[in-house]
Amino acid sequence: MKLPRNFPLRPFALGLVAVAFSAILFGRAQAGGSHYFPPVADPLVKEECGSCHLAFAPSMLPASSWQRMMANLKDHFGDDASLEPDVAAKIADYLVSNAGDRGGQRYSDKLLRGVSAGNAPLRITELPKWVREHRKVPDWEWKHKEVRTRANCTACHVDAAKGYYDE
Amino acid sequence: MNPLTLSHVLAAVLALSVSGAGIAGPREDQLAAYAAAAKAANPAFAGFSAARGKTLHTQSFGLGKPDTPACTSCHGNDPRGAGRTPAGKTVEAMALSVSPTRYVDPAKVEKWFKRNCNEVLGRECNAQEKGDWLTFMAGQ
Repeated sequence: MKLPRNFPLRPFALGLVAVAFSAILFGRAQAGGSHYFPPVADPLVKEECGSCHLAFAPSMLPASSWQRMMANLKDHFGDDASLEPDVAAKIADYLVSNAGDRGGQRYSDKLLRGVSAGNAPLRITELPKWVREHRKVPDWEWKHKEVRTRANCTACHVDAAKGYYDE
Repeated sequence: MNPLTLSHVLAAVLALSVSGAGIAGPREDQLAAYAAAAKAANPAFAGFSAARGKTLHTQSFGLGKPDTPACTSCHGNDPRGAGRTPAGKTVEAMALSVSPTRYVDPAKVEKWFKRNCNEVLGRECNAQEKGDWLTFMAGQ
């Protein structure tokens, strides 16, 4: 194919680069879609699960994990988070029905890959996918006074409370 | 009435009910209940003391969990300023003047006394300690 003599080659090449670059960005943005975990919408759950830490999205764990967690609030990762039984039951219902292998399934498929409901992990930060995604975070960053614990998502993911966990 | 307006009205009503002098609200009722319990436990009880409440709030006990030797470990040194939990969550100021909607739900107050006294003191607080502490915060 012969290009016309006055074909604007340089603008054309620049245009191609721009298109390729946007395609990469768009691809990332789409991948970012799997970094969205709808935040807790129920006011009771938000209040009771969000006073000490971010109210973690129910889709981040399977139903069996939430059942196990809600059955032992007396020792909640070393803290006493016990609630009145009727309140605890309402919260457990919400977490279970929106869990990553129930209502929240379409948000959790990647995060919960390789996690069997039988394992019922309690810590989101021990899910294989979580560990892989955070493997490049150096130790000093975890120990930073604004971070201090792996449960402090919002220290780095500024929009975590809205459900977005992109960088 | 849209929800925003309704919540404003509610907030205004709440603010009025807790700040209105002489009007008994849930906070006064709860304090009265603590006073009765303190008197029952100790006949020499002669009323709550904001000074004792301040000591309770600021003293480092180191009897509960290692990260929380004192109330101020999470609530911060200034009762009128915000605090921060070990997991990085902001805790609204405890001083009533700054957070006027606090202390209107007795069950909530009891829930946090139970948890936090255990974390700091390694035991539940008694009625006199709770009343002293509330009296201190109500005056802040």
